[in-house]
Amino acid sequence: MAEPLTKETVKKVAHLARLKLTDAELDLFTTQLGQVLGYVELLNELDTSAVEPMAHVADIANVFRDDEVRPSLPRVAALSNAPKSDGKYFVVPQILEEG
Amino acid sequence: MSATELVARLNRGEVTSVEVTLQSLQAIAGQDANIRAFLSTNADAAIAQAKSIDEKRKAGQPVGKLAGLPIALKDNMCVTGVKTTCASRILENFVPPYDAGVVEKLKAADAVLIGKTNLDEFAMGSSTENSAFQVTRNPWNVEHTVGGSSGGSAAAVAARMVPWSLGSDTGGSIRQPAGFCGVVGMKPTYGRVSRYGLVAYASSLDQIGPFATDVASAALLLEIISGHDGRDSTSVDRPVPEYSQSVEQPLNGLRVGIAREHFVEGLDREVEAAIKQSLDVYRSLGAEVVELSLPHSKYAIATYYLIAASEASSNLARFDGVHYGHRAAKFDNLIDMYSASRGEGFGAEVKRRIMLGTYALSAGYYDAYYLKALKVRRLIRRDFDAAFERCDVLASPIASTPAFRLGELVNDPLAMYLSDIYTISANLAGIPGLSLPCGLSSTGLPIGLQLLAAPFEEEKLLRAARMFERATDWHTKRP
Repeated sequence: MAEPLTKETVKKVAHLARLKLTDAELDLFTTQLGQVLGYVELLNELDTSAVEPMAHVADIANVFRDDEVRPSLPRVAALSNAPKSDGKYFVVPQILEEG
Repeated sequence: MSATELVARLNRGEVTSVEVTLQSLQAIAGQDANIRAFLSTNADAAIAQAKSIDEKRKAGQPVGKLAGLPIALKDNMCVTGVKTTCASRILENFVPPYDAGVVEKLKAADAVLIGKTNLDEFAMGSSTENSAFQVTRNPWNVEHTVGGSSGGSAAAVAARMVPWSLGSDTGGSIRQPAGFCGVVGMKPTYGRVSRYGLVAYASSLDQIGPFATDVASAALLLEIISGHDGRDSTSVDRPVPEYSQSVEQPLNGLRVGIAREHFVEGLDREVEAAIKQSLDVYRSLGAEVVELSLPHSKYAIATYYLIAASEASSNLARFDGVHYGHRAAKFDNLIDMYSASRGEGFGAEVKRRIMLGTYALSAGYYDAYYLKALKVRRLIRRDFDAAFERCDVLASPIASTPAFRLGELVNDPLAMYLSDIYTISANLAGIPGLSLPCGLSSTGLPIGLQLLAAPFEEEKLLRAARMFERATDWHTKRP
C-alpha cells in the first residue's frame, strides 16, 4: 500500500495540519507514525470491493429545522475567550499586503 | 453507600444536600492530593447549589430526580462559567459561555456540580497519562494507571470522593477505566445522549455515559442524561425508558454470547479465569452461554485509529488561536500563528493523532486509508448484527490485563493503542456497552466484565448486569 514514511512526508503533513514541530518531534513522529501505518496495513487482508463505506452508524439523513430566527450567543460572550479582540471583532494579524 | 441509596436518604430527609456535598468536598480534600482525579473543584458554587436544593425540599417544592447529590464531570463537557480545559494547554483558560446538553439535564434534575475531572488530553489515550496537567493514580494501587481517557471520573468514584460522575467514551474511555478502577461504567448507544457541548474528538464515535459504584445508580444517571437534543444532529429522537425502574427485573431465558476471538493469546490468565467464573454465575442464574464468532475483531484497532484520527484532525482544526484558546506570542504571519499556537498548545499524543488523520485524509491516501477503514467498519457492525441474533448480551474482558503500571505503555503509542482491543469495536458499531466489577487479581487490582448489547438495548444490558451484581459481591469491594 505505501512506501516507508519519510521525514519529508511528515514535514509536509505537519504543514497541512498547521502544526509547528521541533526537529526532535519530527524524528519521533516519523518513527511512531511509521509503526502505526505499518500496523494498519492489516486491513489490506480484506477484500472490501463490494462493501459500502459506513461513515456513520446512526440511521439518519440530513436533519433540518425550520428557518426561524433564534437567539444566539451575545457578542460579549462570543468574544469572551478570544486571545485578541477589540470588543467588536476577533483580531488576527494582517492577512492582505498593503497595496 | 451507592448513589441511589443516597438519593433515597435525601428524599426521606435523613441527610441534606449540603451535608452530602460537604462530605464529598472533604473526601476530595483528603484524598485527591494522592489520587489527582480532579482538575478543578467549585466548592462555593456547589454548596450554594446544594443550599438552594435543600431550601426547595424544605419548602415542599418538587426536587429533581438527582435530589441534590454531587456529581463530577470529565473536563471535556462545557459548563457555563466553569473552566473546561480538556486537560490541554491550548484550552487552559477556556471558560465556556454555555452549558452542554447533559449539563442542562443534570442541573434540571438537581445534581450538584462539584468539579471537573482529569482526562487524557482531548480524550485521546488509555491511561490518563496524556493530561497536560497531572497524572491520575489508581486508588487501588497508586503505582498503576486508572485507565483512560475518563480516568479522573473513574478514580473519583472508585475512591468514593463522589457517588457518581460522567465520562465520555470514544473507544473505551468509560468502560476501560471503570474496569481498571473496579466501578460500573457505561457507554450508551450512539445517539442516545446528546453530544452538544462535549468537546469533540471523533464525532461519529463519541458518546457520554455514567460512572457509579453500582448498576442501579448508573441506570438512574443514564435515564437523566438520555434523550433527544436538536442541537446534536446525530441525537436520536426516541423515548427514554425508565432504566432505574426496569433494572431490578431479572431477564428470563437470557442468552449470554461469548466470541471465540476474545479468548486468545495475550489474555491474562487471571482475567480469563474471572470472565469464565462470571459465565458460570450467569449459568447458575439460568442463562445460556452461547459461543459465537466476531470474525473481523482483529481489524478493529486499525479501523478505529484511522477513523478516529481522521475525525480528530478535522475537529481539532478549530483550535487555531483566533476564537478561543492559546495563541503563540511570537509568529511571522497568519499561517505561522496557527502553526505556532497549535504546536505549543497540543501535547504529543494529540499531535500524533492529528498527523495520522491528516495523512489518512490527504490526497492520494484517502482511498487506501480512510475509505478502507469505513468499509471495514461496516463489516465489524455486521458481525455484531449477526451475533445479536444469537444472544442478548455479549460478555468479554474489558482489557487483556488489569490496570497496567504508570509509564509502562506511554512511550509506545502503538502498544497503548493495542490495549484497547476489547472496547473499541462497540464504538465502531455504535452499540451500548457496560463494564462492571467481576474479580480481583492476585495483586489486588480490579478485573472488569464487559457486556455489550444491540443498539438501544440499554435496558437489557442494565438488567443483565444487575442480575450478575445481585449474585456476586465484587461491587462492594473498595480500594
